[in-house]
Amino acid sequence: MKHTISILVENNAGVLARISGLFARRGYNIHSLAVGITDNEKISRITIVAEGSDYTLEQIEKQLNKLIDVIKVRSLPADKLLARELVLVKVCCKPAERSELIDIAEITTAKISDVSPETMTLELSGNQYNIATFEELLRPYKIIEIVRTGTVAMQKGSEGLRI
Amino acid sequence: MSQRITVAEALIKCLESEGITTIFGYPGAAICPFYNKLTDSKIKHILVRHEANAGHAASGFARITGKPAVCVATSGPGATNLITAIATAYMDSIPMIAITGQVSTEQIGRDVFQEADITGATEPFVKHSYLIKDAALVPEIIKKAFYIAGSGRPGPVLLDIPYDVQLQEIDFKYPDNVEINSYRPCLEGNKLQIKRVAEAIAEAKKPLICAGGGLFTANARELVQCIAEKANIPVICTMMGISLMPSDHPLFLGMVGMHGCSAANRAISECDLLILLGARVGDRAVTAIKEREDFKVVHIDIDPAEIGKNLPVNIPVVGDLKAVLTQLSEIIRPQENADWIEQCRSCIIKNAHKDGKPRTDGVNPAVFLEELSKLLPGKCVISADVGQNQIWTANNLKLKSGRFITSGGMGTMGYSVPAAIGAKSADPDAEVIAICGDGSFQMQMMELATMVQHRINVKIIIMTNNRLGMVREVQTNNYNNRLVAIFLDGSPDFVKLAAAYGIHGEYVNNNSEAEKALENLIKSDKPYILQVKVDENEKSLL
Ligand SMILES: Cc1ncc(C[n+]2csc(CCOP(=O)(O)OP(=O)(O)O)c2C)c(N)n1
Repeated sequence: MKHTISILVENNAGVLARISGLFARRGYNIHSLAVGITDNEKISRITIVAEGSDYTLEQIEKQLNKLIDVIKVRSLPADKLLARELVLVKVCCKPAERSELIDIAEITTAKISDVSPETMTLELSGNQYNIATFEELLRPYKIIEIVRTGTVAMQKGSEGLRI
Repeated sequence: MSQRITVAEALIKCLESEGITTIFGYPGAAICPFYNKLTDSKIKHILVRHEANAGHAASGFARITGKPAVCVATSGPGATNLITAIATAYMDSIPMIAITGQVSTEQIGRDVFQEADITGATEPFVKHSYLIKDAALVPEIIKKAFYIAGSGRPGPVLLDIPYDVQLQEIDFKYPDNVEINSYRPCLEGNKLQIKRVAEAIAEAKKPLICAGGGLFTANARELVQCIAEKANIPVICTMMGISLMPSDHPLFLGMVGMHGCSAANRAISECDLLILLGARVGDRAVTAIKEREDFKVVHIDIDPAEIGKNLPVNIPVVGDLKAVLTQLSEIIRPQENADWIEQCRSCIIKNAHKDGKPRTDGVNPAVFLEELSKLLPGKCVISADVGQNQIWTANNLKLKSGRFITSGGMGTMGYSVPAAIGAKSADPDAEVIAICGDGSFQMQMMELATMVQHRINVKIIIMTNNRLGMVREVQTNNYNNRLVAIFLDGSPDFVKLAAAYGIHGEYVNNNSEAEKALENLIKSDKPYILQVKVDENEKSLL
């Protein structure tokens, strides 16, 4: 099963290495990882999507909590998950095809972030399903490159993860 | 008031403030500023003969004092030599501060001479580590390091300090205490959970305590005995828990596990309530009960990550064992359990002296260790190495008081002598004896010089079977007795070797020679060694 885990950490040197090392060492699989600072610049928030049984998830949480730089760990409940990824896709696009791609962008709520005589780059933020559909729609246009962030996520509703 | 001093000096002041009197180390260029300032301090430096042994000695020291002990090495090879000791300390939850020199900050990452990424390399085996780049933070970091190493579930903390940082001047003031936002070990156990434990004890017909090394850490040794006696609960221990209970205590059954005794293993597979105290349910300790579903498990430990990791638990209690057991001892009610105790003890009696015959060529290790037990003074530390010698010692040493130490989690050969050096430095009045094999002795025999140089009167017993005995036994049992790479031909005469260091010693060729030799060993107020002959086919698995 996939789990989305939010971690608040002290923004110290080496903290990311410690966390990714822990996953590798204990055989936990990471699907995606995203890091950024919070409104408090001394604290970063990491979102990890990981695969594993409930036992594994419990172990991951406990082991993460043991790391000195880790302040809080929370596994986000699947039914209240607000999760987003950002994807940039550069596709081959002759001038004649531009309007088709503009249509796709409109339907999928993607943005056109760059255009050249031969290519067009589209940008979409959404959940994993939105992004999968988006990719599928673009595949006929020969994708030159694609880059995706890891998932960032928080819980829906009024509850918040803070220190 | 703060003073303006160099980081090197500050480091020493920090150690002094932490009450450090002895450190173990080995210098090199990158740590010279620190050593230079050590001259002005009362802190005693014990020069070991290999950095790993500085770590093991610090480990032995910490086990006796219960407080973080310090080892020091230089950058590069000095630091990498420390790794085994750091990992060994980590596995056994030993509070330790490892200080390493590092190349200058502006050189880090350029693969300069004697540069090693030691914080990276030790990442999996440290409780925490710091590569100190900001000199001004040194006092705070050292304070944090000691706090982290010694609190909660203890462990090693590494301080990697670049050469140039050691030479920088800072305004020094050692903080009285530190707060770490992200680190707050839970000490008090949950009252409700503790009540549930008491109820489970009241309901159980066949309760059993499994006592682990965490009880030493928590300084809760007496409490186990108190609870066991109050509620009449038999006690077994893990290897790390040996010597928690006097071995002749009527409720004590012995060590559990693959190499444990049958009384303990039977008890654990027949009990209806298992109370794990500061034991991490290691794979070699409790293979037998993994499949059991017909019993209740209580697990009390300071590390929540250990609870439920290897065994499903019915009543988890997270907290400091001393705090939790104090509360528990106040609310448990006396129990009978007479039949159960009888059932447990019958097995001990049946097995006693199963193979208790003295031998004429080579000693019977069991008999030899019982002899040693009889002669030991009350205040003693026995440091066992790894291998058959460790299992013989674990199973046959009868300690009424005193302390047994060994490398339990990591099983690091070469631990016993340096750990004994550390233990003796921590408690000079105790009789400290290292017991090792002829293989493991040859991984640490350079430390004879350390003992002589610093007048550390550690005694050493070498169980000499001319084999890597434990591996030999595995090859015999599991590989059709195809023996390979376990012959120790070429080993020196250890008594003569010791003599070359000015250390006295003698040979024990059979059980009848043991008593006299052991008396001499214990009588000696200098280091002393015994080369004890053991037959190559002697077993450790019962
Ligand atoms: C550093 C290290 N290397 C290898 C081993 C594997 N090992 C475990 S027991 C053992 C044999 C120990 O031989 P010896 O010290 O002579 O003791 P004996 O078993 O004969 O009592 C070995 C090689 C180990 N535990 N530690």
